[in-house]
Amino acid sequence: MAILITEKTPVIVQGMSGRIGQFHAGDMIKHGTNVVGGVTPGRGGETLLGRPLFNTVREAVEATGAEASLVFVPPPFAADAIMEAADAGIKTAVCVTDGIPSQDMMKVKRFLKRYPSDRKMRLIGPNCAGIISPGKGFMGIMPPHIYMPGRVGIVGRSGTLGYEAASQMKALGIGVSTSVGIGGDPINGSSFRDILELFEADPETDAVMMIGEIGGPQEAEAALYARDHMKKPVVAYIAGLSAPKGRKMGHAGAIISAFGESAQEKVEILSAAGITIAPNPSSMGDTIAAVLATRRAAA
Amino acid sequence: MDIHEYQAKEILARFGVPVPRGGLAYSPEQAGYRARELGGSAWVVKAQIHSGGRGAAGGVKLCRSEAEVQSFAATLFGKQLVTKQTDANGKGVYRLWVEGASDIAQEMYLGFVLDRKSERIMIVASAHGGMEIEDLAETDPDSLQRMTIDPAVGLSEFQARELAFHLGLKGGQIAQMVTILKACYRAYRDLDAVMVEINPLVITGNGDLVALDAKMSFDTNALFRRPQIAELRDRSQEDPRESAAGDYGLAYVGLDGDIGCIINGAGLAMATMDMIKLAGGEPANFLDIGGGASPERVVRAFRTVLADKNVSVILVNIFAGINRCDWVAEGVVQAYREVGMTIPVVVRLAGTNVEEGKRILASSGLPLITADTLAEAAEKAVATRMKTAA
Repeated sequence: MAILITEKTPVIVQGMSGRIGQFHAGDMIKHGTNVVGGVTPGRGGETLLGRPLFNTVREAVEATGAEASLVFVPPPFAADAIMEAADAGIKTAVCVTDGIPSQDMMKVKRFLKRYPSDRKMRLIGPNCAGIISPGKGFMGIMPPHIYMPGRVGIVGRSGTLGYEAASQMKALGIGVSTSVGIGGDPINGSSFRDILELFEADPETDAVMMIGEIGGPQEAEAALYARDHMKKPVVAYIAGLSAPKGRKMGHAGAIISAFGESAQEKVEILSAAGITIAPNPSSMGDTIAAVLATRRAAA
Repeated sequence: MDIHEYQAKEILARFGVPVPRGGLAYSPEQAGYRARELGGSAWVVKAQIHSGGRGAAGGVKLCRSEAEVQSFAATLFGKQLVTKQTDANGKGVYRLWVEGASDIAQEMYLGFVLDRKSERIMIVASAHGGMEIEDLAETDPDSLQRMTIDPAVGLSEFQARELAFHLGLKGGQIAQMVTILKACYRAYRDLDAVMVEINPLVITGNGDLVALDAKMSFDTNALFRRPQIAELRDRSQEDPRESAAGDYGLAYVGLDGDIGCIINGAGLAMATMDMIKLAGGEPANFLDIGGGASPERVVRAFRTVLADKNVSVILVNIFAGINRCDWVAEGVVQAYREVGMTIPVVVRLAGTNVEEGKRILASSGLPLITADTLAEAAEKAVATRMKTAA
């Protein structure tokens, strides 16, 4: 099963004809992702990478039955592209774009609430590496060969730290069910909590590696959810123990501006909720391995 | 992106917020002239720097004569003002704002911020202002009023009225406060701000509301559509290394340690800094080279890190997804030769095109120290630094 994407999920790429969009769409096809088409306004009717291009997402959905869309659209137009996907009936959109104005994202989040829950689009990102169910398919910019198929879910803000976790796990023979990058922006589509909920319900996921960082309330919110609603074990690492207060560390959202937003405070909140902490970024794999071993011994 | 107080006041006044009359000065003589032009018998002279806490740092003074305005101004110009919000170097004073003194009956606080929990613009207000919001939240949390704004509707009149009554305002002050709230909201929304703060918002002896101080900060991601805001950028208030790095697509934050970091991805960069600390070292900087980094950008990253004279070893940690290890490796080799490297360099490469990257490093013949894992890279960097220091 995995979550969000399988080998069957029909995927379109918004902005496929762009240089970056084309490169990554090609990589997705090469690794077995079911890419059924692309959208570039004005290029409808053409063919690219052996797939049809459409002028609008609605046309693409009608012609191909696409359920998921990867948004590779430049920042000034990205929010509009996300809303277009939502309105055309796409179920899951992943937006890689970095640099979307925060008020545009405010609008997007408000717009998504217009739809009844059965046709409300799930947004992953923006400013994220994407999602991958190893061996099945992926939508994003990650190097797929570093992931081994398996039964541990990964969810993180940072793309590269997600790669780090996956490769540490692979070195220990531990595979991944799905890895989800929720992105580094202050306002994002799906939160840690939203993804934990999906992993908890997924029969093919046994445990979750959660990779947070300084800034924002989402890790604390996820901690409460894990404490009250999850049976599966969660391991967490929080980046930025050495980050100074009030300085933006690369990600627009990685800034300590309120109480509870430093790495130390988040680690305390997560531990208090019963989540196992990986004390440093090199021990993500080991900590997951230990948790899985304890679980097996108990079973 | 931050702007100066006087710029924020000009913007807010355009949207309908009442502010005291004042004038900008680039020299002590001009400051004196501004006082004469404004008239009256008392003026407040305020250093224009991108930082709060100016009053406590000696950057603001009430002056009672034109001569006093001029002599105080003379002490400020060219000075590096150190406040509790700046680093030890402080920020340079190159502009002064001279304003007619106000008759203050009460100081209030008003702020508009991006609330990450509700993902909306939030108004924070208190009947007690003048101090920093952090201190206010600690000493008098119950006085803080909070209200979020629905982006599809905007700030409603009833919300603004409710807030005005909660703050204990009366009579004509209610309508004045509603005007101020709506003006700040429109300025925030229409100009892509991320923060608008009026602190203090005062009630004068006559019972009128006036914005005595103002601060605005803007969303850098939206500057492409706000050219008039982008023009207000003042590089004299920025760390020169950080703004130069930014021009080349590098996110750089200078820190106090001696291990220079060149990393891809903000999360991995923070994690590498954590790992360096754990291994007993101190990072000299945060640096994210971004996605799709060319060899040229990598060379630029080396130059940026090396401009910090405290740096005694460089740690390059790349886990390439959208990046390519071979490009990074080429950049490392090129940088090593171009800048005439005199300090050790530890390189860890993983991900896209890693074999080709490693081959380029190995065949370069340069004395690079390589590592396969994050932990190994951090340990080697710290160990090398200790050897260099010994």
